[in-house]
Amino acid sequence: MSADVVVLGAGLSGLTAALRLAEGGLRTVLVAQGVGATHLAPPTIDVLGYDPELVESPAQALPAFAAAHADHPYARISPETVAASIGWFREKVPGLGYVGSLDENLLVPTAVGAAKPTAIVPEAMAASDVRAGGRFVFVGLRAFKSFYPAYLAENLCRAKLPSGATVEARGIQLSDPGQEPDVTCLEYARQFERPEFRKAVTAELLPQLQPEEKVGFPSVLGLDNHRAVWQELQDVLQRPVFEVPSLPPSVPGIRLFRALRKAFRNAGGRLVLGPTAVGAETSNGTVDALVVQASANRPTTYAAKSFVLATGGFATGAINLDSFGEVRETVLGLPVAGVPDVEALRFSPGYFEDHPMARAGLAVDEHLRPVDADGNPAFGNVYAVGAVLGGAEPWREHSGNGLAIATGFAAASEILEGAS
Amino acid sequence: METMEWVRGSLDHCVKCTICETFCPVSNVTPLFPGPKYVGPQAERLRTGEGSPDASLDYCSACGICTFVCPQGVKIAEINAKARAAMKAERGVPLRDRLIARTTLMGKVGTPFAPVANWFLGNQPLRRLVEKTVKVHHEAPMPRFVGRTFQSWARSHTPLQDAASAVVLFHGCNVNYFEPKLGEMAVAVLEHNGLRVLIPPQECCGLPLQSNGLFDDARSYVRKLTQSFLPYANRGYDVLAMSTSCGLMLKREAREMLDLQDDEDLKTVSAHTYDVCEFLLALHERGELKTDFKPLPMTVTYHPPCQLMGHWMGKPALDLFALIPELKVEETDAECCGMAGTYGLKAEKYDIAMAVGAPVFQQVEDVRPDLVASDGETCRWQIQKATGVPSVHPVEVLYRAYGLGG
Repeated sequence: MSADVVVLGAGLSGLTAALRLAEGGLRTVLVAQGVGATHLAPPTIDVLGYDPELVESPAQALPAFAAAHADHPYARISPETVAASIGWFREKVPGLGYVGSLDENLLVPTAVGAAKPTAIVPEAMAASDVRAGGRFVFVGLRAFKSFYPAYLAENLCRAKLPSGATVEARGIQLSDPGQEPDVTCLEYARQFERPEFRKAVTAELLPQLQPEEKVGFPSVLGLDNHRAVWQELQDVLQRPVFEVPSLPPSVPGIRLFRALRKAFRNAGGRLVLGPTAVGAETSNGTVDALVVQASANRPTTYAAKSFVLATGGFATGAINLDSFGEVRETVLGLPVAGVPDVEALRFSPGYFEDHPMARAGLAVDEHLRPVDADGNPAFGNVYAVGAVLGGAEPWREHSGNGLAIATGFAAASEILEGAS
Repeated sequence: METMEWVRGSLDHCVKCTICETFCPVSNVTPLFPGPKYVGPQAERLRTGEGSPDASLDYCSACGICTFVCPQGVKIAEINAKARAAMKAERGVPLRDRLIARTTLMGKVGTPFAPVANWFLGNQPLRRLVEKTVKVHHEAPMPRFVGRTFQSWARSHTPLQDAASAVVLFHGCNVNYFEPKLGEMAVAVLEHNGLRVLIPPQECCGLPLQSNGLFDDARSYVRKLTQSFLPYANRGYDVLAMSTSCGLMLKREAREMLDLQDDEDLKTVSAHTYDVCEFLLALHERGELKTDFKPLPMTVTYHPPCQLMGHWMGKPALDLFALIPELKVEETDAECCGMAGTYGLKAEKYDIAMAVGAPVFQQVEDVRPDLVASDGETCRWQIQKATGVPSVHPVEVLYRAYGLGG
């Protein structure tokens, strides 16, 4: 196979880069061993949530954050590019109706009732913003065992909001018209697409609602017909209705994956799922082709002018720490930056403590090309995006999806500029 | 490492992310199948000499989607296939599964009596009787015998002379007994591109036996087929599969599922096996494919079979279609048509197969294309039966665009 660009990895950063490249008119092939984190994570786009204190405005905080964290991917791309990437992303998935902005973080409840800062959210999560306080009711479904409304509500009531406002929240457990054994969130998403199911849910819920209460459900409000399901619930319950991200798999994340995949296909992009990348053919500081192991007993090559590495971090095997303490990037053998010395502290004893090893990853230049210890690009035509990049702690900073979109967009922009 | 251990060992990479569950076409329509993660990496830990903890894994359709969406490289479908074979060995294989898994036998028996066989397969009272006795659903799509074989055509066909290079056609049982015309079209397309097409005698690859858990029989078929192609592969000829699932059997599945990982002959043949569209696209990439396509002003809905996706090579037919002027191509959004080889034939699974395929059928109904194109024969039978839209192999679209039909 040959293409203008090969993107490796089908998570949010890979899909972003691939879509932008295909829409930019380049023949783009997205190759991935499997599906990425869109199916697991909420589709909220966290750009910067903690620095380490709560960030109220990512737009205002980003320049100082980048200046203070020289090794962070945000230090490689301008705040204008971050803003442009988020604006672009919203336009590409109009069916999800993203709301919010980089000017002000929203605070949305998680399944455990934490108020999480995030920049933009799908429309069906917008009403969950608790910044101004208010009255909320969270609805559980009896057989849905990964969403506990009372627990969520109790924690949320304790949230300390910057505005000083208070949240009143309570949980309701419905008797559950579904009642299948061991029901998954996908099964509930399908149930919500059935009018009879919605009717049963609203009939039981409506009499229990109090004035001014906004209604939160686990994020299972339909899959293909999500928007219609959500709107009907708002109409019948006559108040704002919203989804709270629940445990994996992520139904709203699947909606996002499908929307991006469809846009990529419509832009002429090609998606190849399954093969494992095993190396590359290189010459004169350039990668000529990616080598993968597909199903036949022979290597397959994907030749291209540029390559985007969107392979993820430790969790996906893109970066590997072996039992001898060696850390390596597994596809191209690129140098991994930020690895603490063997003598130094690599992992702290407590789970929630700071783990220096967690920031290990690829260091990149201002074009997002992985660099060696001297700052020289390892290959002239290889770019790295998303979780494979070092210097970030997305789970602490609340920056994961923002970094994925911003770096995916920025790398694609670099390649498009080079091609034109 | 032995295949069994290597495939089974991959379950240690499962992080319970549930991505396979979100894609499983079967568990998404029926509670009878609890999903690939449950019956695969999870239940496998309990299969320690005492067999499967329950029989739910028999509802796996063996589409293989779970394996290629898994980001951790767990061989979910392969683990399930092996566990099912072990379960069937323990609990017994129904007569029905033994019958429908023998395509070569069916072809050999049915072909000389094509009119009778077709009348039988089309006769609803008889089909209901078959459903009652053998448990093959009376509505399930059946191919039609044409009364001649592709092999008999091939014997009388004069191969292209003075060709610079040659390829071997792995036509499969479907082309041999049910769609010989498709084989002729493939030969015409390949000859149009200056290739001499070699068509050695060949029998079933064993895939239907494998997917019905009859591993010993499957192994002997695939070994025999390997020997049919080995002399050619040894001389460097590529083997082009007309059936995407049978091609996958030679490429990967026999090695991973039937414990033939170390079979050197099979490895050699695998290294030279291509799906026919994969090969044509590779020709194009080398600048060797003729692109004298005539405009084909029609709409085609393309359905990539699950087994095609198991080749881990994307969808070569789409790139080939893109070369044809005025051809409008729409791809199906849903992953599976439900048929999954012989799964949709079975009385107890027919409704599940139809429910799985419903989104595909709906999309075809909405678009009302002139043709459906799909690389898998059972997908074509299923979609054509459900929608009434003629369903063809992508090679037939190329054949028409080359104007080879006269």
